[in-house]
Parts: sequence; C-alpha cells; structure tokens
Amino acid sequence: MNNGTMIEVTGLTKRYAGKTALTDVSFTVARGEIVGLLGPNGAGKSTTMRILAAFLPATTGTVSIAGWDVFRDSEEVRRRIGYMPENNPLHHEMRVREYLKFRARLKGLTRARSRDRVDTVMEQCSLTEVGSRIIGQLSKGFKQRVGLADALVHEPELIILDEPTIGLDPHQIRAVRQLIKSLAGAHTVLISTHILPEAEMTCNRMLIMYEGRILAADTPENLQKLMASNGQIIAEIAAPEADLNELWAQLPEVEMFDVSPADGDYFRCALTPREGLDLRRQIFALVQERGWSLRELTRSRHTLEDIYVRVTRPDEEEN
Amino acid sequence: MTALFTLTRRELATFFVSFTGYVIIAAATFLVGLSFIVLLSKLGTDASPMPVTEMFYSTYFFWLLLLLAAPIITMRLFALEKSSGTFETLMTTPVRDLHVVLAKFVAAMLFYVVMWLPMLGCLALVQRYSTQPGGLDWGAVGSTYLGIILLGGLFLSLGCFASALTRSQMVAAMVTLVLGVTLFSLGFLADQIPATGHWPAQVLSRFALFQQMHDFARGVVDTRTIVVYLSLTVFFLFLTLRAVESRRWR
Repeated sequence: MNNGTMIEVTGLTKRYAGKTALTDVSFTVARGEIVGLLGPNGAGKSTTMRILAAFLPATTGTVSIAGWDVFRDSEEVRRRIGYMPENNPLHHEMRVREYLKFRARLKGLTRARSRDRVDTVMEQCSLTEVGSRIIGQLSKGFKQRVGLADALVHEPELIILDEPTIGLDPHQIRAVRQLIKSLAGAHTVLISTHILPEAEMTCNRMLIMYEGRILAADTPENLQKLMASNGQIIAEIAAPEADLNELWAQLPEVEMFDVSPADGDYFRCALTPREGLDLRRQIFALVQERGWSLRELTRSRHTLEDIYVRVTRPDEEEN
Repeated sequence: MTALFTLTRRELATFFVSFTGYVIIAAATFLVGLSFIVLLSKLGTDASPMPVTEMFYSTYFFWLLLLLAAPIITMRLFALEKSSGTFETLMTTPVRDLHVVLAKFVAAMLFYVVMWLPMLGCLALVQRYSTQPGGLDWGAVGSTYLGIILLGGLFLSLGCFASALTRSQMVAAMVTLVLGVTLFSLGFLADQIPATGHWPAQVLSRFALFQQMHDFARGVVDTRTIVVYLSLTVFFLFLTLRAVESRRWR
C-alpha cells in the first residue's frame, strides 16, 4: 500500500484552551528511519507524539501513519504503534512478566504468541532476571526497560518513545541507546529528547523544534556542515604581536580576528573568515613566507550544541 | 473481546492484589456484623413475624454501607489511571473506549457482589439456629440480593462517571457521594409534595430508593423499579463513555 513513508504530518496545529502548542508542523519519516525530535522543554514534542499516538486530536492538519489517518482510523494506527509516554507510566503493583503479558493481550496478541513475544522482549531488554519482581520495587533503569519492552511487545511498525532516557544514569543511558539503535531497519523509531548527544548518537535524522514549530530537519552531519561554513580558524603562531595584528587587518578574507597571548612566544589567533572561506592553506603560506613558526592550525567545527542553541534561541545569538 | 476480558481481569485483580480491596471487604463485613447484632436482639425480643432480610434492611447500617461503598470502590477506576499516566498507555492500545468503560464497571460490580457475600453467612447462621417458624425465606434473600445488585449497579455507574471526569480520586469520591445521597433523598422529597396526581410527584416516587429497597427486602419484586434502575445505570455508563471519549473532541 504505502511502502516508503511511515509518518506523514501536514500542517499540524494544536491549540489548547488559550494556548497554541503546535503551529503548522509538517514532516515525513520514511520506513526504517530513526528520527529524533529535539527541542527544549515545552517545545511541543510531547504534544506531537501524543497526536501521532492517536491519544489527542489535532486542531487542524492531518497525520497519517503507515497510510492510515490518525483520527479516522485510530484503531488501525494504534495497532501499528508502540508508544512510551513521557515519565513512563506503569502499573506499579504488577509483576514484570504479568504486566508485559497483560499489555501484549491488550494489544491483541493471542495467548501463545504473547508468551513468545514476552520472552523475546524480556531478553531483548535484559529483563529476564527480574521477571517475577514487582514493578514498583524496581530501579528506574529497569522500569524504563519495562516501558521499552511494552512498546516493543507487539512488534509495532512504528515505535514512539517520549524522552526514553530521562532520569537514567550514564551507564543505563548507554544501554537504552544501544537498544534503540538495534531497532533500526526492522522498525521505524521516533524519539524525543532535549539532550543533544543522544540525538546525535542514535538518530539518522533530527527535527529541531522550538515553540511549536520545526526549525530545522536534517541529518546530524548536514546540520553540522550547515554551521561549519562560518566556523572559526584557530592558529597558534610565534611572532611579534603587532605584526600579527597588522597581518590579519590587511587580509581581506578575514572578517574578525582576536590575538591573545598563549604560553611562550606563541600567540593564539582566532579568525573569523568572510563567507565561510577555508583560510588554512593561505595562513600556512603566509607564516612560512615570514619565517614564523606555527604549532596549531585548526578549523573549529560547530558542535550540534551550538546548532541547537543557535536554532532554538535565534534572538540571543544576535547579541 | 479478548481485550475486554483481559481488562476486566486486571481491574478485578487490582482489588484483590492491593490492600484496599481487603480493607473495603473488612469494613463492609464489620458494618454487616453490626446490623446482625441489632437483628439478633430483635429476634430475641420481637415476636412479630417479619422476614429476617427485612430486619437486616431496617437498620441504617445497610444504607451507610451502600452509600459509602460506591465512592470508595469506584474513585480509583479512571482518576488513578489519569493521574498516574497509565490512562495514556491504555488508550493508545487498540482497545475500544466502550470496552474500557465496561471492563471497569464489570470489575467494580463483581467486587461489590463479593463485598456483600459475608451477609449471606449471617443469614445462614440465623437460619441454622432460629427456632421461629419460617425464620428465613430464601426467596426474600434472593430478592434482597437482586435489590442490592440493582441499586449497586446504579451507584457504581454513578461512581464510574464521576471518576471519568477528574484525575483526583478525592473529587471523584465526593462527587459520587453527593450524587448518591441526592438520589437517595429524592424519594423522600416525593412525600413532601401533597398532590399525588401531578407528574413531579409521580416521577419522584420512581426514585424512592428507600421504599423500593424495602420492597425487595420483603420479597416484592417490582419490574417498574428494575427498569428504572437498569436504565439509569445504562444512562450513567453512557455518560462515562462520553467522558472518556471527550479527550478526542475537547
């Protein structure tokens, strides 16, 4: 039927009483992709996910999942998604295996099939040894994995995870990331996070959201490239400070520069080239010509951190 | 259908896995026991032949139990799931809203029936040791239980509705209690209206829960009463369903 696209969102707007949570959001996600929804708290990530999971209706706009309309064919959509909400709500009085079986049966798996699948996901999420423990008594890391196992148990085509690593320790975060990565290909995954490295590490593509809009959508590498064009060049050169200042002032390609003393005879020069030119070769030639010595010459790449801050706080960047 | 069964089983299990279920049953048994004591003292002194079930009913413990049990049983149903967030995981599985409402109501109903079972023990005890002729009429016991179940269904559906409206269990319980007591008092209001031919009095007299339950306890089964109770139960379950669905159009 619809083989290429998993999620298609067009002109999605969501208004709560007196507050607009989403404004004209559109994006598509292809089958098998891992897409990160990135943005600060309150950007509209959870609202988007709730609408995708057929929990909340959209005010305007359409959302289709695997070709089914989220509002009209809600049941078909819910059959195809595994959704883990923010804060991972669980029935704390139930035992792990009992809970997963209950969830599998709710999602329409037969008795025999649910037994098989529960065993599989428990192994996949390393829950086997806590199968008969009460969920409320588990550590946060285990609880999170129970939530993940629940999202996976019926082998959904699309997995939607809202902040899956929030509140975990670094070791647990790595384990969860590994698990998410292992889902690529067989499943389409949409995860939301406000932590950059997470999206950087796990996702093929990122959607950056801010105040209910999507500001940028691209692969982590492309987003970096986009920003690297006006990256700074750092050169550490042993030369008289006045000469350096004069040299940079003369060069037309240098828009801004800053010379500060480093240790020994060296000075650290931070140069901002015009229009994203790469001046490294030129600088090396100039230094050689004058017989100075050069010990470092790098082009600083913007990390996703910078991109994130730039895209999400456009006004502050100007100051 | 599988979903309905799975959900009902889980809902019922929460009553018995958690402490609350047993506390409710213990409290109910205690109140039934109190009315049993009153009943025994009456049996000892009162010579007038009155069905034992009616004596049971004539103590106010019965109504106390009925009015208090419904809010306590039902307050958790939707409100807790909403406040803990499991409502979201529940509603994003391919279950029908109707099945969710029915499962919760049926589970509450079954628990409610279990809660009333100790009374059967008290009645059996009277039967075993009573020297009075015709001490216990099983037909009257049956109709008493029918009344308890019908009235319980109505109050529990009220509670379901109240719980579906809010995420606070406290609010749900209070709303259920107020609605229950109001419904209970309506019947007495009918007595205040003198002209019996007028329609308000006639309508109100259909809600004379106290009088109707009295009939059930004496072994009188009035189909009009059954119809009123059943339709009110369905009506409140319908309202519950609309409340659950409301997140889709709010």
